[in-house]
Amino acid sequence: MSTATTPRPLTDLLSIEDLDAEQVTAILDTAERLAEIAARPIKKVPTLRGRTVCNLFMEDSTRTRISFDIAAKRLSADVINFSAKGSSVSKGESLKDTALTLKALGVDAVVVRSSSSGAPVQLKRYLDVPILNAGDGWHQHPTQALLDLYTMRTHLGDLAGRQVGIVGDVLHSRVARSEVQALQLMGAEVVLVAPPTLLPPRIDSWGVRVAHDVDEILPHLDVLYLLRVQRERMHRAFVPSMREYARTWGIDSSRLARLKPEAIVMHPGPMNRGIEISGDVADSDRAVITEQVANGTAVRMACLYLLLAGAAASAENDDDRDPAPAPAAASDQARDGAEVEQ
Amino acid sequence: MSDGVRMHDERAAEPLRGQGELLLAGGRMLDPASGTDQHLDVRVRDGLVAEVGSDLAAGDAEVVDCAGLWVTPGLVDLHTHLREPGFEHAEDVASGSAAGAAGGYTALCAMANTDPVTDTAAIAELVARRGREHALADVFPVGAITKGLRGEELTEMGEMRRSTARVDFFSDDGIPVADALVFRRALQYATAFDAVICNHSEDPDLTAGAQMNEGEVASVLGLPGWPHEAEEVMIARDLILAAGVGARLHVPHVSTAGSVEIIRAAKAKGVRVSAEATPHHLSLDDELVRSYDPVLKVNPPLRTEADVHALRAALADGTIDCVATDHAPHAAETKDQEWEHAPCGMLGLETAFAVVNTELVASGLLDPLTAIARMTTGPAAVRDVGAHGGPIEAGRPANLAVLDPQATWTVDADRLHSRSRNSPFHGRELTGRAVHTLLRGRFTLRDGQVAASAAQPQEETL
Amino acid sequence: MTQLLSDADVARILRRIAHELIEANKGAENLVLLGIQTRGVPLAHRLATVIGEIEGVEVPAGAVDVTLHRDDLAKRGALPLGRTDIPVDVDGRVVVLVDDVLFTGRTVRAAMEAVLEVGRPSAIRLAVLVDRGHRELPVRADHVGKNLPTARADRISVRVAEVDGEDAVVAENGGNGQAPDVHSEAGSGQGADTGEEGA
Repeated sequence: MSTATTPRPLTDLLSIEDLDAEQVTAILDTAERLAEIAARPIKKVPTLRGRTVCNLFMEDSTRTRISFDIAAKRLSADVINFSAKGSSVSKGESLKDTALTLKALGVDAVVVRSSSSGAPVQLKRYLDVPILNAGDGWHQHPTQALLDLYTMRTHLGDLAGRQVGIVGDVLHSRVARSEVQALQLMGAEVVLVAPPTLLPPRIDSWGVRVAHDVDEILPHLDVLYLLRVQRERMHRAFVPSMREYARTWGIDSSRLARLKPEAIVMHPGPMNRGIEISGDVADSDRAVITEQVANGTAVRMACLYLLLAGAAASAENDDDRDPAPAPAAASDQARDGAEVEQ
Repeated sequence: MSDGVRMHDERAAEPLRGQGELLLAGGRMLDPASGTDQHLDVRVRDGLVAEVGSDLAAGDAEVVDCAGLWVTPGLVDLHTHLREPGFEHAEDVASGSAAGAAGGYTALCAMANTDPVTDTAAIAELVARRGREHALADVFPVGAITKGLRGEELTEMGEMRRSTARVDFFSDDGIPVADALVFRRALQYATAFDAVICNHSEDPDLTAGAQMNEGEVASVLGLPGWPHEAEEVMIARDLILAAGVGARLHVPHVSTAGSVEIIRAAKAKGVRVSAEATPHHLSLDDELVRSYDPVLKVNPPLRTEADVHALRAALADGTIDCVATDHAPHAAETKDQEWEHAPCGMLGLETAFAVVNTELVASGLLDPLTAIARMTTGPAAVRDVGAHGGPIEAGRPANLAVLDPQATWTVDADRLHSRSRNSPFHGRELTGRAVHTLLRGRFTLRDGQVAASAAQPQEETL
Repeated sequence: MTQLLSDADVARILRRIAHELIEANKGAENLVLLGIQTRGVPLAHRLATVIGEIEGVEVPAGAVDVTLHRDDLAKRGALPLGRTDIPVDVDGRVVVLVDDVLFTGRTVRAAMEAVLEVGRPSAIRLAVLVDRGHRELPVRADHVGKNLPTARADRISVRVAEVDGEDAVVAENGGNGQAPDVHSEAGSGQGADTGEEGA
């Protein structure tokens, strides 16, 4: 194993914006190794034995919570599930008091989901343990973007120069924000296709192409990534009707046929069948949506591993990684010694 | 202004006789009302300015060495939230006016969004009386435009105007009077008393759920934005309506370049409009919000760097008449939350002069006299604030500030006099600080120390 | 830096261990060789090839990465993960763990744990190229290429052609500790034996 360049260690996973390409690659490589565990009779390794991970979910998301839950348990961490819906003082305990409670309980990492953009950043101000953002408001959903990159890499290899079309409600989507940044980090080219009312303001600053005609875009794509469109967007005049949306931006089998034969279709779930994606497209062999879910566990394991395995003392460890030979530590020196000396 | 002097006399604020004579000696007097910028001494006796001149003899007077300092009229703030009555856990008249004294202010206009709302003469008189009791700053209440700030029925403006609080400035503070008909009637009605109507400039339909400036940063942070258009549309509407009925309109906390252009055009056409900008809008932009630190959440929101530059230029050319703080204290437990749940507002009184001096004077954009004008004569011309705002001349009440334009200090929110800690300038190094503040000849701030409140413990009197 | 074993020494040792394994196992049936990442892996594959040539059967060989099972991960930080490649079902088979150096025994413990998570072998054996002593756990190798008593602070560096471009075992002075007092003559396996004096 060549460790010529050691990526910057992860301290938190708050936003894709905080990562560089090397770190992303390290996460994906780690996930690839950890994915092997899922195929074993005992789907568990002792790596995070004695560590406690808190799933702090202030917004319902059974799917994401279960995925993090499995990921932590496969690494033998203890898991506390803490659901706290709503978090303003008027509704009950404040985020600060929740954080102080978790601190007192001695948790080693917090996986946080909130409907408030920035809540994980805020939490970090109160709590000095690794914080893993499991989705905050419209802001970020970094593990979703990482598992999507993993899935794309499995099918397409290197993502540099690949064309990824993200279609749907970008404005209200934390997935889209993370996805665009992650894809750009890996050198992919992104085109956003959406009704203009569902694009964020100043979209020109994102460094992406914007298009409104989905048919014209489809033949160029390696990945077609569909975003969920919520019914409540029909109010407040974002789009006229579900019917109009489905016919103008939804993907059905005739649109699917316009894709390149090797292109894949992705969706972060949960899907609105018949709106952004037709049932037959969702079930077609081009769709890799269930793979995304499976990959989610491996990627979240990788994030927990990278954040927590070294959390105890990454500082003192720096000495060991120095290229200058140091006295062999109380471990099989060949494991590290021989590699370090090269 | 003569009206203002009379009003002071009516208040019969006890000039502090027997306190002894003071001589503010060797300072640079910056008195915008008289256009004075020169080294002059000021003698203070019996609460009044007794004499202004060069190299005055000390005689029996206690000499206050003002060498290297600016001697100015006490600063005037048109937009202060003192939070009393109703929100005393965040601020009250005593702590807010102590903060004012520390910032060089002698006159504060207390906003109407109290609980109960300042929509009757009784509440207005209570707030003004509190100011007199504590004697750390004169408090000029702002009356609500509509009862309960609900935007429906007009308040009894006439009675508030005739009360001892003499309210001549009305605002529903952070809540825009959205109904154009109600707002037009408010403007019309106010002309009977030549009162000023001040409307929060925000089209509420365009800002539903807004959390920060709409733009590049909001787009990345996933926070719904206040579009600049929401402010500009409302200012344009208000100006058109005010011009139509010949009313006086004041535009609070202007924050966008587009608003500046609209106001500039209206002034050129002779509309009776005045405008203010806050120290934070003149110095901070929305890039800072990337930290999600809720102390930066404010309404109107921090805008872009281009907006900041437009505001500075407008303050320099007089399109914006004055700097107003929009000092808005919030208790830590309400402010220190997720961005979305945190209330809007920032402290301002104790840092306003420092920010203006650091950002606008030191950079050469404003000369010292103009900068002081925007904090004294500018606001004093918008509404009646009695004998505040200058000129500094014999026979007038000695409402004065002595400012050190060279003092460099690091803002520490924990050491401010406000009861709250939500200063966006916490940790910043600023240049310029009030050294002394005098209210009718009495030190409310001396050598950087705020005087004790003159009031008895107030719990019994409430 | 002192060379303790040459490429020819390594080849001879592997051949000897192959024979030992066949003898101990009474043939090559049922064997699976798992190299411990990183340098144990090519050694396992080479051993499998040698055994296969001798016995005329194909011997499965794979890899075990012990990172996830290390007991010092909390101190060392999140190390990059190597591949674990177990080519056959280990249930009922004899698993031979192959590594380059046996030192504290902690790696071997981790490797046994990793193997036991994928199945239930009938036995686990251990074959190492070099045993340098200083055990911290009750672990003993079944097949040892070379015993090299060392000072604790010494570094024994094993180079494997597949990873490092050459086969060799070299010693480096561990700083203030004594260097193994050996003068390995090229091609002389006997010479390296004198290294035991250095302990």
